[in-house]
Amino acid sequence: MSAALLYALAGAALFAIGLAGLLLQPHLLRKILAFNILGSGVFLILVGLGQRDGTIDPVPQAMVLTGIVVAIAATALALALARQLLDLTGQMRLPEDRPDAEPADD
Amino acid sequence: MTDFLDPLPWLIMLPLAWGTLAFVLGPGRGGRLAVAAIALQGALALQLAGQLIDSGARVYAVGGWGAPLGIDLMADGLAAVMLLLTQAVALPLAVYARGYFAASPKGRELFWPFTGFLLAALNALFLSADLFNIYVTLELLGLAAVGLVAIAGGRQPVTAAMRYLFATLLGSGAWLLGVALIYGTYGSVSLAVLTPLIHAGAPLAVTLAAALMLAGLLLKTALFPFHFWLPPAHGGAPAPVSALLSALVIKATFYLALRLWLELFAPLTTVAAAQLLGVLGAAAILWGSVLALTQSRLKMLVAYSTVAQVGYLFLLFPLATLVPPGTADSALAGGVMQAVAHGLAKAAMFAATGSMIVATGRDDISRLGGVGARLPLTLFSFGLAGVTLMGLPPSGGFSAKWLLLGSALESGQWWWVVVMIVGGLLTAAYVFKVLRRAFLPRAAGDRVARVPRTLEFSAFALALASILLGLFGAPLLELLAVGREA
Repeated sequence: MSAALLYALAGAALFAIGLAGLLLQPHLLRKILAFNILGSGVFLILVGLGQRDGTIDPVPQAMVLTGIVVAIAATALALALARQLLDLTGQMRLPEDRPDAEPADD
Repeated sequence: MTDFLDPLPWLIMLPLAWGTLAFVLGPGRGGRLAVAAIALQGALALQLAGQLIDSGARVYAVGGWGAPLGIDLMADGLAAVMLLLTQAVALPLAVYARGYFAASPKGRELFWPFTGFLLAALNALFLSADLFNIYVTLELLGLAAVGLVAIAGGRQPVTAAMRYLFATLLGSGAWLLGVALIYGTYGSVSLAVLTPLIHAGAPLAVTLAAALMLAGLLLKTALFPFHFWLPPAHGGAPAPVSALLSALVIKATFYLALRLWLELFAPLTTVAAAQLLGVLGAAAILWGSVLALTQSRLKMLVAYSTVAQVGYLFLLFPLATLVPPGTADSALAGGVMQAVAHGLAKAAMFAATGSMIVATGRDDISRLGGVGARLPLTLFSFGLAGVTLMGLPPSGGFSAKWLLLGSALESGQWWWVVVMIVGGLLTAAYVFKVLRRAFLPRAAGDRVARVPRTLEFSAFALALASILLGLFGAPLLELLAVGREA
């Protein structure tokens, strides 16, 4: 098994773990962590498959750096929203959707 | 010097600049600046459209670097149509938002910076020439849109924003995984380099990448059954935000799906996959319309109407896949016309809805009595937008559906015709549900206040544009053809 394939398979496994966490975990922090695991899986695939004949290709590395910046921004926004939700509802999970049950306040 | 005045980079730089400036100016400020800057962006988009019609599609190397080291921007007819739509919707909405937030200040603090970033992301997305740049613009768009949903605060909007954020992040995650597989296979992310490389016998990884990227886009476009996040997000935000999201943001991901399907992955497309997209579109039309009919809140009704109208966009895929070229062209024209018509009409509808909510002080269809007498222009705008959504002549929605019907009959796929007609009837039902209530006299104890003139006129301008599109849509179709001769 080549190194590239090993990286790619590990990345795919991380992606699957992250996906399952994002969909199945009710706790918001766990969901946010799961999203980061999913992202890391993609980065691993990007860097792993980006090697050509043993030499390192710099382009995917640059892409992953950009991707990390994006992931940090997304995580920060998610954490800010989660905190706001905790202040508003007192719990760290998504409440059930009941748009009709709430008084229209706008 | 001519390079410095090129409209391509300025379409991205301008909204980024005024968005940042609005943030620095402080909470709620920057509205006048935004209106002026969006007008300028509109002029740039028109200039670009003129250049494309004169001299064809073109590429701009940012900073003079060029791919593969730097970033290329690319403009063709399809991109120019979407750019024109974006500025044409944003300008009246910016005028509307100034009046709206003066009357209903909840959420005004951060509206202008987020809107600037949103428009910059949209313009950059339409001009992107490589898959990774598209990933970055998709994320910028998603984060700005989520921020806009959350600006009003409160339990329901923040919950909707959180759910929307997870949906949009999952969508871009799937997209990036697809990009990684493509890069691993071909060693490039440039659309121009990849398009000739991908052929029918491409490796499994490429098919998998295509499926992942398309699935990510469907989630972000809220195509049935991925629509769960859309109604609370679009229905809970302040009216100018709902209008921006429903008119433009979901169109951006539809635009990408269209580009992938017709260009990059065209050799991999199959009739079965196209029919599946059509079936999901048909389900969206029926399910979204039926749910719109059952809503008691006005804004939720309009939001479910968006779920339904997204369905029409996806009818284009079965009508443009493996059919004679003439049929495919009219299907593409119809689908893009539907995107433009829905963009204008839905912006008008959300704007009119916002005015009605400001006037009555509540978001409740059963309490709309008296609106017809007090806000005739707003109700007329709602009605005109409804005419476009139903697809009645002479609106832009009629042209769109006429082109789609034509290619459905030409290619012998009559079942889509049935869906379109039933969808039109259901649309009429939910539009008239609102109009009927609004024409009733005011109930005792309800109040219907006047709203600022700018609210009424900006909604009317959008609604009128969606109708005029049907009469003067031909130049748009001419522009759409630029760069598609091959």
